[in-house]
Amino acid sequence: MDDMISLTFLATLVGAAWRLATPLIFASIGEVFSERAGVLNIGLEGTMLVGAFCGFAAAAATGNIPLGLLAGIAGGMLFGLVFAFFTISIKADQIVVGAALNLLGMGLTAFLFRTYYVSTGKGIEIAQPVHIPWLSDLPFLGEAFFRQNLIVYSTVLVAILAALVLYRTSFGLTLRSVGEHPKAVDVSGRSVVGYRYAAVLVGTGLAGLGGAFLTLGHSNQFVEGITSGRGFIALAVVVFARWSPIGAFFVSLLFGLFYALQLMLQAQASIVVPYQVLQALPYIMTIVTLVAFRGKGAAPSKLGQPYEMR
Amino acid sequence: MAEINQGVRETVNSQAAQAFYRTLSQAAISALAPIAAVLVALAFGALLLWLNGFNGSDVVTVMVFGSFQDMRSVGEILLKATPLILIGAGLCVAFRCSIWNIGAEGQLYVGAIAATLVGTSIDGLSVWVHAPLVMLAGALAGAAWAGIAGYLKVRFQASEIVTTIMLNYIALILTSYLVTGPMRDASAAYPQSARLVREAWTPRLVSDLRLHIGILVAVVLAVALYIFLRRSSRGFALRVVGLNPHAARYAGMNVARNVMIAMCISGAMAGLAGAFEVAGVTRRLYQNISPGYGFEGIAVALLAGNNPLAAILSGGLFATLRSGSEVLQITSQVPQVLVLVIQGIVILSVVAFAKLRDILRTVA
Repeated sequence: MDDMISLTFLATLVGAAWRLATPLIFASIGEVFSERAGVLNIGLEGTMLVGAFCGFAAAAATGNIPLGLLAGIAGGMLFGLVFAFFTISIKADQIVVGAALNLLGMGLTAFLFRTYYVSTGKGIEIAQPVHIPWLSDLPFLGEAFFRQNLIVYSTVLVAILAALVLYRTSFGLTLRSVGEHPKAVDVSGRSVVGYRYAAVLVGTGLAGLGGAFLTLGHSNQFVEGITSGRGFIALAVVVFARWSPIGAFFVSLLFGLFYALQLMLQAQASIVVPYQVLQALPYIMTIVTLVAFRGKGAAPSKLGQPYEMR
Repeated sequence: MAEINQGVRETVNSQAAQAFYRTLSQAAISALAPIAAVLVALAFGALLLWLNGFNGSDVVTVMVFGSFQDMRSVGEILLKATPLILIGAGLCVAFRCSIWNIGAEGQLYVGAIAATLVGTSIDGLSVWVHAPLVMLAGALAGAAWAGIAGYLKVRFQASEIVTTIMLNYIALILTSYLVTGPMRDASAAYPQSARLVREAWTPRLVSDLRLHIGILVAVVLAVALYIFLRRSSRGFALRVVGLNPHAARYAGMNVARNVMIAMCISGAMAGLAGAFEVAGVTRRLYQNISPGYGFEGIAVALLAGNNPLAAILSGGLFATLRSGSEVLQITSQVPQVLVLVIQGIVILSVVAFAKLRDILRTVA
């Protein structure tokens, strides 16, 4: 009997972990593209917030979730365009610009939210779990894997697609070269600037999608600072995953597990540790991860450096 | 012979004049760029207000000038400038060493926690001992918290950007734990610590204003850090490490030690700011003692061009805008978070104008 209880607990835990990992999966896979091309975007947090807000606003206006997701992606990419202009075209310091965009993302979304939505307090319809015949009814696996909404399922597709594009297409090869030997790409007649813009746009589009998931597939409201550091955690995920999309998928799942554990243990009355310890878990694990899995060798060699044509 | 001498003298004179002219124009451009950056940000703020149905000109009339009403309101601006100058000047040192300490907010909180512990647990000391002791505790705690990220960077090459941000969240959660748990004042309805004993309070500058001596400490420390960076050999080493760690190592400098020092100085300044918030303003520890001073300090340092002396001015400016935004929220219901947008645009404009200046220099 006891075993049955812990098994249900485990199934719920795994299901929640995947759900909570979803924004991280999108954002970190996007950041893999960006960093593979040599662009470190610490403005991910602000970008996700913009995605979350745009997704919420679009869905609140139209009631259409796919449209909301598209708006989230578009908002993220628009923000990414600003980042790309400053870091790639003007060659400004990527960290400084990223810090500015985090402030902007936090400020703009909070400003617009307080101006237009905060007094209404209205929630939106969010994406509902999709019941898959037979699979969802499986004893343990059903609860753990097959009672998610479509956005959560799509993370698998995005991870596989990202890996295929990055490793099996000429676009991916060139993109990776831009982060390692931009001069070689330049000499071969392709545009380093163009590829870096593309990489940043893919990255910020996915970050926007990750943010939009928070308002359209998880909570039904926008809250100021709803991302609560996920953009920064995604940066650490990329390091742990050694700049691989599939790796980013699984590392994000691990972080999703920390989030899920925190939430589920908080709900257990018998737990003696203060809930703040659990609350701090994802942040502490991020630091532990960075220290334990430092993969300096795997980092793109031109990460963070603007390309100077000579 | 005389003619040649004359010619040489003229050449030298004209060269000196040119050099003088060049320095002057560069100085003018250096001073103009931050001013232009602020104007661009204010214009953007006005546009944002106007687009959303507010009165755009409020940005100038209320946000910039609205908070200069009387002695009290000027005192409030200086009160807000205190943590901004402390944190901004400290971050100048870190940024000069290319250490991206984004964790001033957390360092401020840890400083506030330490100050509260020292200010509530000891009793019977003279104000001449207790008040400085509280400040020292805050600075040390901030330095230690920043030191964690510094150590992880030099020992494990863990990115200080990520670790300092994670330490921000951890410090905030720690504060929340302490004021709802072990440090909670049981008699209060709202989660808060006990009140600091009177001798631990930061002395006020003028008896009927909230303004305390922290503003003087902030200015003195900013000047001291300026001299440290410019005139001391340690400051020189920090800047060399920031410009080129490989060259610094080749020149026999200890990169790791310099990184730790830069990190700890910026952490100490933020921790001191936290101590002043508790001992000089709130007298108790709360969950939200800082409205984001630690993040605003980044904008302060960048607008100052990482010059601690200029951070006094940019800290004052951001404090003015923050006070003004409070007035604006009360008078016209404009969300106060507008300051975050303006901070972000200030940073972007500073970056853009710095590039413009480089282009102008190469053209000239």
